[in-house]
This record gives sequence, structure tokens and C-alpha cells, in this order.
Amino acid sequence: MEIKDIENLANLCRIEISETEKEELLGEMDSILGFIDQIQSVKTGGLKDRAGEHRNIMREDENPYERGEFTNDLLGEAPETQEGYVKVKKIL
Amino acid sequence: MKIDLKTLTIQKAHQHMLEGDFTAQELAQAYLDNINPEYNAFIVFFEDVLEQAEKADKRFKDGTAELLTGIPMAIKNNILIKGKRTTAGSKILENYKATYDATVIDRLKKAGAVFIGGTNLDEFAHGSSTENSAYGVTKNTFDMGRVAGGSSGGSAVAVASDMALVALGSDTGGSIRQPASFNNVLGLKTTYGRVSRSGAVAMGSSLDQIGPFGKSVEDVKIVYDCIKGNDKMDSTTLKDEVIEKAEKGIDLNKKMTIGIPRHFLKEGIDKDVMENFENSLKKLEEKGYKIKEIELPNIKYSLASYYIFAPAEISANLSRYDGVRFGFKKEGEDLLDDYMKTRGEGFGKEARRRIMLGTYILSAGYKDAYYNKAQAVREIIREDFRKAFLEVDVILTPTTPTPAFKIGAKGNDPIQMYLEDIFTVSSNVVGNPAISVPMGFVEREGKELPVGLQILAPHMYENLLFKVSSDFLGGPTS
Repeated sequence: MEIKDIENLANLCRIEISETEKEELLGEMDSILGFIDQIQSVKTGGLKDRAGEHRNIMREDENPYERGEFTNDLLGEAPETQEGYVKVKKIL
Repeated sequence: MKIDLKTLTIQKAHQHMLEGDFTAQELAQAYLDNINPEYNAFIVFFEDVLEQAEKADKRFKDGTAELLTGIPMAIKNNILIKGKRTTAGSKILENYKATYDATVIDRLKKAGAVFIGGTNLDEFAHGSSTENSAYGVTKNTFDMGRVAGGSSGGSAVAVASDMALVALGSDTGGSIRQPASFNNVLGLKTTYGRVSRSGAVAMGSSLDQIGPFGKSVEDVKIVYDCIKGNDKMDSTTLKDEVIEKAEKGIDLNKKMTIGIPRHFLKEGIDKDVMENFENSLKKLEEKGYKIKEIELPNIKYSLASYYIFAPAEISANLSRYDGVRFGFKKEGEDLLDDYMKTRGEGFGKEARRRIMLGTYILSAGYKDAYYNKAQAVREIIREDFRKAFLEVDVILTPTTPTPAFKIGAKGNDPIQMYLEDIFTVSSNVVGNPAISVPMGFVEREGKELPVGLQILAPHMYENLLFKVSSDFLGGPTS
């Protein structure tokens, strides 16, 4: 990895990091990746993840709540709101 | 009457409240009076503790009191209680008030439990020491200069220091068992799917489980019995009929065999921790257990595989914190800059590191080499355990290789911190239940520090864990 890889990752993660932290992360990521790379030596043959019993469990969306029942509670936690909506900066 | 918090159990407290020796309000007050802020076990203290206790007292009067009615509990501050601040140990949720109850909280409320406060944790449960909290370090019950363990360090210390009778934590790689071990209490990691995670702040969704802390097997079991079970709000919870079928297979009266993976216990464990472990085995042998050496050929890869799918799942789960719908927001120049600044400032260092690592692992070109490979390794480890449990009933290891370490000792090396979970992480990887019970003390610099014995059982065999724990510690099973 190089600094530009760290910068690219930070952008993908939507996390602003300082120059010093970029340097630190570079060393740490290399050491962590070195540690986890030991699994490459495990012979898994053609074994694919069997994912167990839990995959794509869906339920019918029945008996919906009244519209607006939770709106005030939920919007109460939003940093910025306007007329019953969360507010964000202009996108286009 | 004077309430002796040290020896109190849920059953005893219940009996006393039934007989009118003390009220739920007096009991709650006794715990509140015993809170020592120096430990920094709590992030949030609830303002309505005595009102909750008053409601419990009404149930004693009208005859509807259950075992948990009026029992003071500490709740890890990543489990949602409606209207209460739930920070998950992070600045990004500093002022977040939960908008609904977690299913476990809903069940405990119905039983009449009294919640004292939200306990400290490593930010988003990322850590093994409760040093990574935005709200300061939690100190060990036995030595203020040492860590509480983590990530559920606050819950472990709250119970060990009699600031609550029982507590809830969450365990993704050892976060209940390791702090339980460091503070001389019991901590149960339940079978994956046994307890609903609805309303628990998500970390690694294929690993996370909620579980209880207590000072006796019986207390742990009472809380477990209250919170367990299928939940329509969590599609990963196991169906009741699956559990019933599995539990029929448990024979608690037969002569049991304990498996020891000696090949995995050869290095890295403190000598006196190992002596405690050997003594524990002898004690169980004297009680009629057979000891057998077993092989778990791929268990050594548990931790490395964990550090692939845990960060991958963390990076996905933590993408919801964006300063738009809830939580902390830092203004930027435009919407993208809002995200960058909010997440850059709102997340602590370890959370940032894990999100970055997870994003790397899941990025195009690396997913097969890391994530899919780790899932295949996970299957192989699962198979190792399945085979082992054909030969033995339970598997034992020390919970941790060492007693509690000093605050700051592992702060600069993530890998050293990750190695704390070497013995605990495999049951999260495989999904089976495991418990840590106190097994003795070791001396470090003139202080006696506790160490724990970890017992692992097959999926859905929690009752077997309770039986072996009771035989080991003495006292009733339920």
C-alpha cells in the first residue's frame, strides 16, 4: 500500500483523515493485512461459503403502522429538518 | 434491613422483596449509593431509576411480580432503551436518544427489571479493554491501574463492584467473556440467533450476540431465560421448534467428557494462568468428568478470519452514520464534505481503522481473496468443532492468556490488542455458546487479579454450560 491508496480508501469510506494519521494507517494496515494473510495458507479446496440457514429471510410487510406515527420521534433525532423531512445540502 | 449487596442474588432479592424485608426502591437506592464514579463504569445514569423501582413495588403489592421485578440492572450503552441516551461509546452518537426499545429491553421491562444506567464500552464495541471509548477508560475492579477488559468493560465492572446486580453486554469476539474474566464475574455469549439483536447497535452482524453478566450461574440463567427466544424483529433468531428439538438432545445427568485442545494451549499463556486452568480440570475430574485431549486443527485461523469478516461487516454497518438522519453532524462545504467531516470527527481512531480495513477487504479484486476465503475458513473451523463435539460434551480453555493488563499497555499496537481474543473469538466465528466463569487468581505486582475459565458447548446447548458451570463453582443450577 501507498499513501495514495490510503487516501483513496478514506474517500471511499467518506472519512476525512489527517496527514499524520495517513502515515500511521499505512504502517498499521500493512501489519494487519500481514496478520490476516495467514488464512491464505489454509487449504479450503473447492469449499464455498455455505452461509448456513440464514439467507435472504423476508417477511410480508403486513399490518403497516399509521403514517406519521413515528415521524416526530425519528425526526427529533435528525440534525436538520424542514417541514417533516430531513434536510441536506443541495446535491445538484 | 441492611442489604448485603456482596452476597445478594436475584432469588434472594426477590424473596426479600416478597416478604417485605426491603422494597425495590430501597434496593435500587442501595445500588445507587454504591456507585463509585472512579471506575467510570457508566456513560449514562438514568434519571428515573427510583420511578422504575416504584412501579416494581406496585407489582409486589398487586401480586404480579416476577423474578426480575425490581432487580437493578446495568445495560451496555449500545443497547437501545427508548428515550435514553445511547452513545455506543462514540462521539458520533453523543446526544442520540433511542427512538425505540431493543427487544431484550422490551422483555426485561415486561419482567419489571430496573435499569440503573448505560455502561461504558469500546466505541461501537471495537476493542478488548474499554480504552477506545469516547467517554474515558473503565478501570478494573481489582486494580484501578489496569483495564476492565472489553468491549463490555463497564457492564463487567458494574456487576463485579456491586453497582448493579446483573448486566447486559454484547459479544462479537469475546466482549462479554473477556471482561467477565478480568473482573471475576460470569459472562455468557449466547448461541448465534438465540437472543434477538433488534435494537442493539450493530457491529459485525454475523457475529454479534447479546448476553448477561452475573455473579452466579443462577443469576445469569434467569436473565438469559428472560431475553432469549425467537423475535419477528430479528430474522436471524432461531425458531422455537429448532431450539426445542436441540434441547431434547441434551442429557444433563450422564457422565460427561471435557475436551481440551492442548495443541492450542502450548504457547503465549502465562504460566500461573495455565496452573489455574490445570487445577480447574482436576476439580472437574474429581466431580466425575472425564478429560480428553482433542484436536481443532484449524482453530488457529479463527482470529485471522475474524479480522476479515468483522471489519467487512463493520464498514457496512457503520455506513449509516452520516450526520443526516441522527447523531453528530459537522458542517462541511457541500453534502459530500458534510459526510467526510462528520465521519472523520465523529468516529474514533479504531473505528476509522476498522472501516478502512473493511472497505479494503470488500473492494473489487480483493473480496474473493479475503472475504470469501475467510468464509470458507469459517466453514472448516465449524467442521472442526462439529467433529470435536461428537467426541466430547464441552470444550474448555482459559478465557484469556493473561489477567487484566495495564491501562495503555497495548494502546499502540492493534495486533497485540486483537490477540486478547485468541481463545474467545472462535465461538463467534462458529456461532456456538460459551461462558466465562471465575477460576481463580494470579498475582501481579502485589495485587490479586482474577482469571476465567471458558466453557464451550454445541449450538443451543446453553443449559449444558449452566450445568458444567454449576458443577465447577458449586451451588444450584437453577
